[in-house]
Amino acid sequence: MNEFPLISVLTFTPLLGAALLLLPGVGDKGRARGTALAFSLLTLVLAGGLWWHFDPAARDLQFVEKHDWIPSLHAQYFVGVDGLGILMVLLTAMVTPLALLASYRIADKGPAYYSLLLFLQAGLLGTFTALSFLHWFLFWELSLIPAFFLIKLWGGPRRSEAATQFFIYTMVGSISLLLAFLALYLTAGTFDFIELAAKGRSGELARLLSSKLPAGSWPALAREQLPLVIFAGALLGFAVKVPLIPFHTWLPATYAEAPTGVTMMLTGLMSKMGVYGFLRLLLPIFPDQMRLVLTPLLWLAVATIVLSAFAAFAQKDLKKVLAYSSINHLGYCLLGIFAVAKATGSDAQWTTEKTAALNGVLLQMFNHGLTAPILFCFVGFLEARSGGLRGLASFGGLRKVAPVFCGLMGIAMFASLGLPGLNGFVGEFLIFKGVFPLVTWAAALSVLGLLITAVFLLTVIQRVFNGPLNPQWTGLADLSRRELWLVVPATVLMLAIGLCPQLLIGHFNTTVMVMVEHLKF
Amino acid sequence: MLAWTVYISFLGVLALMLLPAGNARAARGVALVTALLGFLIGLVSAFGFAPERGIQTITRTAWIPGLGIDYYLAADGISVTLVLLTGLAAVAGILFSWNIEHRAKEFFVFYLALIAGVYGVFLSFDLFLLFVFYELAIIPKYFLIAIWGSTNREYGAMKLALYSFIGSAMVLVGLVAAYVTAGSKTMDLLVLAQYPFPPALQNWAFPVVFIGFAILAGLWPFHTWAPTGHVAAPTAASMLLAGVVMKLGAYGALRVAMTLFPLGLATWRNEIALLAVIGIVYGALVALVQKDFKFVIGYSSVSHMGFVILGLVTLNTIGMTGAVLQMFSHGVIAGLLFGVVGRMVYDRTHTRDLPELEAMRLNKALPFAAGTFAVAAFASMGLPGFSGFAAELQVLIGAWSAFPTYTVLAGVGIVVGVAYTLRVLQMAFFGEAPEPVPEAAHPLPPITLPERLGAVLLIATTVLIGLCPRLLLSLIGPSFQSPLFEHVLKGGNL
Amino acid sequence: MITFSYSQLLGLVAPETILVLTALVVLAVDLLVMRESSLRDRFLVSGLFATVGLIIAGAWLLAINVPAPGAHEVVVGLPMLTGMYVDSALGRLVKVAVLVLTLCTIVMSLAATFTKHVGEYLALILLATVGMLFLISAEDVLMIFIALELTSLSLYILTAFNKRSLRSAEAALKYFLFGGMSAAFMLFGLSYLYGLSGSTGLHEIAARLGGPILDPLVAAAIVMVAIGFGFKIAVAPFHLWAPDTYQGAPTPSAAFIASGSKVASFFVLAKVMTLGLAHSGGSAGWGGYAPGWLPVLAVLVVLSTFLGNLAAIAQTNVKRLLAYSAIAHAGYALLGILANSPAGLTALVFYVITYGLTVLGAFAIVGLVEEATGEARLVDFAGLGRREPMLAFCMLIFLLSLAGIPPLAGFFGKFYLFAAVAAGGANLSLLWLVVFAIAMSAVSLYYYLQVLKQIYVAPSPAEPIALRVPAATRVLLALITLVILVLGCAPNLLLGYLLAAQ
Repeated sequence: MNEFPLISVLTFTPLLGAALLLLPGVGDKGRARGTALAFSLLTLVLAGGLWWHFDPAARDLQFVEKHDWIPSLHAQYFVGVDGLGILMVLLTAMVTPLALLASYRIADKGPAYYSLLLFLQAGLLGTFTALSFLHWFLFWELSLIPAFFLIKLWGGPRRSEAATQFFIYTMVGSISLLLAFLALYLTAGTFDFIELAAKGRSGELARLLSSKLPAGSWPALAREQLPLVIFAGALLGFAVKVPLIPFHTWLPATYAEAPTGVTMMLTGLMSKMGVYGFLRLLLPIFPDQMRLVLTPLLWLAVATIVLSAFAAFAQKDLKKVLAYSSINHLGYCLLGIFAVAKATGSDAQWTTEKTAALNGVLLQMFNHGLTAPILFCFVGFLEARSGGLRGLASFGGLRKVAPVFCGLMGIAMFASLGLPGLNGFVGEFLIFKGVFPLVTWAAALSVLGLLITAVFLLTVIQRVFNGPLNPQWTGLADLSRRELWLVVPATVLMLAIGLCPQLLIGHFNTTVMVMVEHLKF
Repeated sequence: MLAWTVYISFLGVLALMLLPAGNARAARGVALVTALLGFLIGLVSAFGFAPERGIQTITRTAWIPGLGIDYYLAADGISVTLVLLTGLAAVAGILFSWNIEHRAKEFFVFYLALIAGVYGVFLSFDLFLLFVFYELAIIPKYFLIAIWGSTNREYGAMKLALYSFIGSAMVLVGLVAAYVTAGSKTMDLLVLAQYPFPPALQNWAFPVVFIGFAILAGLWPFHTWAPTGHVAAPTAASMLLAGVVMKLGAYGALRVAMTLFPLGLATWRNEIALLAVIGIVYGALVALVQKDFKFVIGYSSVSHMGFVILGLVTLNTIGMTGAVLQMFSHGVIAGLLFGVVGRMVYDRTHTRDLPELEAMRLNKALPFAAGTFAVAAFASMGLPGFSGFAAELQVLIGAWSAFPTYTVLAGVGIVVGVAYTLRVLQMAFFGEAPEPVPEAAHPLPPITLPERLGAVLLIATTVLIGLCPRLLLSLIGPSFQSPLFEHVLKGGNL
Repeated sequence: MITFSYSQLLGLVAPETILVLTALVVLAVDLLVMRESSLRDRFLVSGLFATVGLIIAGAWLLAINVPAPGAHEVVVGLPMLTGMYVDSALGRLVKVAVLVLTLCTIVMSLAATFTKHVGEYLALILLATVGMLFLISAEDVLMIFIALELTSLSLYILTAFNKRSLRSAEAALKYFLFGGMSAAFMLFGLSYLYGLSGSTGLHEIAARLGGPILDPLVAAAIVMVAIGFGFKIAVAPFHLWAPDTYQGAPTPSAAFIASGSKVASFFVLAKVMTLGLAHSGGSAGWGGYAPGWLPVLAVLVVLSTFLGNLAAIAQTNVKRLLAYSAIAHAGYALLGILANSPAGLTALVFYVITYGLTVLGAFAIVGLVEEATGEARLVDFAGLGRREPMLAFCMLIFLLSLAGIPPLAGFFGKFYLFAAVAAGGANLSLLWLVVFAIAMSAVSLYYYLQVLKQIYVAPSPAEPIALRVPAATRVLLALITLVILVLGCAPNLLLGYLLAAQ
């Protein structure tokens, strides 16, 4: 515990950058983006150091820092990472520089834009490393403020509605989450995730909940149902963030209106906050409750996968297509998580399946976090060239004028639809491998989603890249050197993970095994 | 030394009265120095204060020996917290009224008189003395609004004065009943709080006194003075009204009504909690549809004060601590909001109509105001990292254990709160004008240094307390261990 | 039974004697010496004599032969008529208060222009004061009646003193007619008491009427006496004369009626009720009604505070406003008698003394405005805060004290009254009266603020008429303001004496 406080330094580096950018002089025109980029790269280096020093075999949390914060509430400043945390930290550190790079076109952004982006990054890093509710919630909510302003001030024509919708939906979720955890605190007397999880596993939490909350307060409910209500509150918070259908309606508009760099952060990182919440909080703390309502939850996950795929298919706007496809991909994560929660007994076979599914979920989180932003980035490039047009029907035959662009974007598309050899395949494969034996019907239905995804992504490729060239775009420029710098490393990474997923899985496999062990019933 | 907060304010009043009329600069100077001294005294005392020693006597002498009334000033952590808030609000208020030229001397005379009364209430432990200070605050409020106010000022001022006076009349009834029942021998709060008043008395006296105080705290449905009063008041006065005066009510409800009549409290707490929650939701809903910028903030005060009341009647340490912290936090945040609305925006644009402001896109013209308001708005929503979160969090924890249903409703209130705050933030500052704004013939005057100082002071406070709530919690928490609250806390478990 | 000599008698009624002599001297000086001097000089010289007389009388009361606290020294009385003149420590304090109020009235009158009959005017004030002093000492119905009539007759004339004003004459006539009627009622009631008890002394009456069971005749007597006094102290529903009289009378006269005469009347009413009808009180407790004078007074309290305050809201003339507020205040003061306890009496005395001072000051200011503008409408006060900051501040203090805002004397007076009356009934049974009175007092803030709003908030008229403020009045107002502030912050300065005198 007396080591170098690497996580704190990591979290506060972007924050420092954000503050520095607001100082007069530092953030002058031209220099702002460079400064921001420098800070994000520094963060990446730190995250790399963290990854390097992380011991993949250790079962415990690493790089733990723990200090008293509000003694009267037993609230602590408590950070640390396990395989899940470090994966997310790495992803955040990688996507942020890309988002900064992708924002180069923004003319009147000035330092405020970059400052907010770094602020957002700090919020994300904090969320992925905090292990005590209050402290975690602080970052979880604080990341909303920069996101709100980034959309509000620099978004597309309907940015006001989008920003408001985004903020309010998320806040509704957050507040219900907060209320749920306050009730937990009241019964368990701690905000510590680890302790809460231990109490949740042993069933003590549910017992305390039904005994400590005043009896008769909700006459319509049986005592046993109280924990379920609390679970529902917490679930809502994460379900909005991921999002799970039917809490998704904020997402398409928001993704479509936000500037490209911000959409990358939103889809790549902020949506992961929701999945992360499921893994870090819901699954460990409420296993019993989750099991009680498993079937409806699975239905929701299936609906998310299938319906969003259909919705994406119906879209005319490239950004909206990607937005729905993003929902669709995260649906697989949720499917995996819910399936894992199923009561199966502790046979070795089930353990294997569950481990596979969870490994898939984590991998899928990372993959989607990498692929989806890059896709949005490509659409951003296209939009910048077309003067704001991004309709599916507005283009055609682009392959002829911009072969590099189409080639690289095509790779990303295939990664997204899960072509073997690219990163998307491994994650989805593992999820389905685990889920099929666990809940066959859900897996079978979800395959439909996979199918439609393939159909709509291919449609996009066909409508935009192939076909007769729309004469309007004969002068369309191919990727510039600067843009190549952005997308090439990401593409390389997609290939690398696709070919050698062990690079990542090796780091979180132990954590996943611990999680599955804890789930043994 | 804390008593000097009261004396110094009165001395300031005297000094101002001796100044020649018409010298606005000197008046401001004297007022600022006085307020700063009061604030510093509060700060220094807070640092040296040992809250675990309970209620500490500052000074006590016989005042009206024939009736057993003492001049008895004392303090516990709650008092110190609120004295700090008063000092802070006073300083910020003066900084935000630096542009007062019309009858400046009188303005600051009333202002400091009000401050003196408020300090006095927070430090009095003799009920008669407390009541004297409590009523002392009514008249300056009236004049501050009636003379220097804006929209409908005379109506707003009169309404506020009458509501306050009716509230204090109710309090007086209860106090007289308690005093007489206990044998007309003493007005010492600590003694009376230990007196076993008969349940029948408590059951009627508690609601009378509690509501008497809570009128000033903006308890629904007795809140209607608050929006009109806040809107009519000049900036500094609305800052004080929302920042401090509403706290007087909540403080009185806690310090007097609840401690004197714990059995009555146990009988009525459910009803009071219901009113508080209705206030939270209702205030927020009404704020959502207002067109006047200040009305939004006015109703938001009603909503936020609902949390104070809700926290108080949870009757557990955590909820009550949260309530006191919420008093502090709301004082700072509401002060900031009103400062931006009244001084930074209204004094420059001369309109508070949201659609009109929307067309002005003030974030371009007044970026500092926009930034300040954004921070204040997020703080007001209860985002973590700001003081409001630390306070509402504890209120909600307390409420979970006492009124789970109301807690959920309060959560709805918070959501609506987010909605209206966001709405007003967007309309007032980040408007979307259909066509680019024509360059104004008279560009808005830039934000002045005193305004910046005031805003920074308040923002720094809310962030500091938000990140380090234990600074205040360590003052407030132990105060509830004193014998004064023994019956109150037990009352919840009857 | 008790033997006495005339020198002893004169010694004991020395203050009254001194005042009678002063009145004669003032008359003589003004009539014989000052005939040709200017009005101003005449007022100054005569006023000086009157002042000297008042001060000597006051000094005598405070310094010479002060009875020990609680000791009642009955000095005049035939075997049948005891209690004609009772010298008590509390009584002396009240007398001093009346003298102070008289002095204030005289100072107020010094710059008066409404009359040329300076000697008569001042002499009448002094004679009225003599009546009040006797009233305070009397514990015998006959004596009470005579003293009351002496006071009243003087006041009727004082009301009519502005011979140039029709209103003044009208006011005096109204006052006289109502006063005469009330005297008749009172005499009727008192005669019953005498008839039933065979005595005029209050203590004997109480002793012989006896028990709590109420004789219908006693009930009639109570009602008659209450009506009689009700007129004198102007409580509703016997208040109809008051607004017109206050408005029409010369300002110093009105102030005197509202202050000095009230102090004396309340004190004696308290005596009549608590001493003379000691066992016929009944009960006015909530749910515990029993016939007697307590319920009668309770009705008067409710009506006065209600009608007085509500009617005051509708007034546009400040003098009338003060008149209606005086009715309300008479209602509050009655609470002190209702308490039926020593604390109640003390509270009553404190209240009426501070009220007298306050209302005197308020009348003085209203008089100044009226003199300048011809009327004392609300709008005539507009912008006074800018033109005359000192007067405005004094008015602020007076009105707030009347409204009962701490830390002013009026607040403590009310608080003490309320506490005393709440303690008066067993089990807080009289608390309903307190609740009612407090509620009404909350209403009163509205109309006082209306005046203050004009003074401080409303802008000055375009061409304001300058006020002529005599230096003496200025000093007087400053002193009264100071006293009200000091008595509010440190009520013990007066209360200590009152309690010690019990």
